[in-house]
Amino acid sequence: MSEMWTAKLRNKWQKNLPIEKLLPDDQPAYVASWIYVFGVLTLSALAVIIFSGVILAFEGPAWYHVSHAGKFINSMHFWSVQMFFVFMVIHLWGKYWMAAWRGNRFRTWATGAIAFVASIATAFTGYLVQTNFDSQWISFEAKDGFNSMGIGAFFNVTNLGQMLLLHVAFLPLLLGVITVIHVLMVRRRGVVPPIDAEPTVSGVGR
Amino acid sequence: MSISKKEKEAFDAAPWSGATKRYDIVKEGSIAVAIVAILAIGLSLLMGSPDETPLTFKGWAVSNADNFYATAVQELAGTSGSATYGAPYNKASEGLNVGPLWLQKWAGVSHPVDTVNEFVIAPLSTQVMSTDIASALATWKAASDKQKQDWATAYDDAITKAEGKISAVPAGAYGPVPALAQGLTDMAKGGALDAALLSQGGFFQTDNTKQILFFGDGSYLDDAGTTANLQGGTWGMMNETGRYPGQAWLWLYSFWYQIPPFNNEESKPIGANADAYIMYLMGALSLGLILIPVIPGVKSLPMRIPIHRGIWRQYYAANGIKRRKK
Ligand code: HEM
Repeated sequence: MSEMWTAKLRNKWQKNLPIEKLLPDDQPAYVASWIYVFGVLTLSALAVIIFSGVILAFEGPAWYHVSHAGKFINSMHFWSVQMFFVFMVIHLWGKYWMAAWRGNRFRTWATGAIAFVASIATAFTGYLVQTNFDSQWISFEAKDGFNSMGIGAFFNVTNLGQMLLLHVAFLPLLLGVITVIHVLMVRRRGVVPPIDAEPTVSGVGR
Repeated sequence: MSISKKEKEAFDAAPWSGATKRYDIVKEGSIAVAIVAILAIGLSLLMGSPDETPLTFKGWAVSNADNFYATAVQELAGTSGSATYGAPYNKASEGLNVGPLWLQKWAGVSHPVDTVNEFVIAPLSTQVMSTDIASALATWKAASDKQKQDWATAYDDAITKAEGKISAVPAGAYGPVPALAQGLTDMAKGGALDAALLSQGGFFQTDNTKQILFFGDGSYLDDAGTTANLQGGTWGMMNETGRYPGQAWLWLYSFWYQIPPFNNEESKPIGANADAYIMYLMGALSLGLILIPVIPGVKSLPMRIPIHRGIWRQYYAANGIKRRKK
C-alpha cells in the first residue's frame, strides 16, 4: 500500500499540512500586529483583480472604451492592481524586517519574491493590452529592452494578440499557482516566531 | 543563557508550543475581501481610470504631413529607426551587447520587417490610385534594386538638407519616390493606412508590430510621449497618462535610466547599450530579492535594526528581550 504514489502523496500531505494546520482556529499569541493583515489584503486585492478581469474578458478588449459599465469595471481592475502592489510591497518590507524566512521558511520567502516578479510581468502585459495611447507608447518603448536580450524573439510586446493571451491566461495562472504555493507554505510552517524568542525565556506564554 | 545559532533555527522551525489565542482566519479573509472591494468600487466611482484614445496614422499625416512624408521616404531609403534596427526585425545592425554577450543578434531575425515593401509599397498597392501614383508604383517595381536605393537615398538626403521642409526640397533625380511618398501621405490622411499596415493583405490579424514600428519612426508618437510626460529619461516608465498613478513598482527599473552612464547614449559601452545593461542589472537584483535570506549582511540587517521590536512589542513586553548569540 505505502508503495502507491497516491498513498505516499496523501500521507505526506496529511503529515505536513493536516486540515487543522490549513484552517487553524488559533494562532500563536505573538501574532498581534497590523503587519499580518497585509498578506491577506494582497490576496484580497488579487481576488478583486481576477473578478473584474474575468468580466472584462467576457466583454472583450474594446468594451471598456465605449461603455460606462465597461469603464467602471476597468477602473476596478486598475485600482485593485494599484492596491495589490501597495499591499504587497508593505507585506514584503514587513516580512523582511521580521526576517520571516527564519526557521526553515526560505521557500515561503522565495515563492513570495517570485510572486512579486510574476506580478510585475502580469501587470506589464496588462498595460500593453489597454488598446489605447498608453499601450501604443509602452509597446514602442519597451520593445528595445526585451529585444536587447533576445527575449523579443518569443515575447513580442508589439504583438497585441500574444500579449492579450499571456495577460489573461498564462501569466495569471502562473501567478495564481505561485500564490497558492506561497500561502500553503505559510500554513505548513506556521507563523514565524519573533526574533530572539527563546525556549529558555521565562514568563508569559511559556 | 544564550543558545547556538543552530538551536535557534531549530526553535524557529518547530511548531509553536507557547501561548496561543483564538484567531478566525476565514473571517479575517472575508472582511479583507469586502474592504478591498469597497475601496476599489469607491476609487472607481470617484476617479475612473486612464484611457486616452490611441493615436492614428491619419492624425499623424493630418497634423504633421511633412514629418509623415519624410518618414515614408526614410522607410524607402532604409534610414528609419525600424529599417536600421537589427534583430529581431532585420540584419541592419548588430544590436546591443553586454561584453561578449550579443543576445540580440544571436536570437536572430524572428520577426522580419521589410520597411520598403511592408510599410510603403504593399499598403499603397491596396489602393485604387490616381494615374501618377499608379505609374510611380509601376516604375518603382520595374527598377533595379540599385536604382531604387539611389532614388530614395538622394531624396532622403535632400529632405534632411532642407530640414524636413518638403516644399523647400530642390528638384533632383528622385525617380518615383516623391510620388510614392505623396501617395502614402494621402492614404494616411484618408485613414486607410492603419488597417492596411495591420492586415498586410490578410483577413485575421492580431499582431501590431508593423504599425507600432512605423509609428515610432516619426516624431508624432515621440512628441505625444513628451507631452504626456512619459519619456524614459524623465521617469516616464512609471508615469501614467492623465492624473493617475503609474507603475510605481517600476521605480528601480526606471531609476537606472536617470543616472550616468546609463542615461548617456554616447557613453560606451554602458550608455550605448543601456537597455541591455539595465535588463541584466534588474535580473540580478530580482534574483537577489529571492535570495535575500542567504545573502550575508542583507539577511542580518533585520536583527540589527530593531524594527521587529515594534512589530512584536506585545510579545517582548511580556517576555523581555534576550540577546541572540552571534
Ligand atoms: C501575490 C503576492 C503575495 C500574496 C498574495 C501573499 C500572501 C501571504 C499571506 C496571506 C501570508 C500569511 C499572512 C501574513 O503573514 O501576512 C503571507 C506570509 C508571508 N509572505 Fe507573502 N504574499 C505575497 C507576496 C510576498 C512577497 C513579495 C514576499 C517577500 C518577498 C512574501 C513573503 C512572505 C513571508 C516570508 C511570509 C511568512 C510570514 C510568517 O511566517 O510570519 N510574500 N503571504
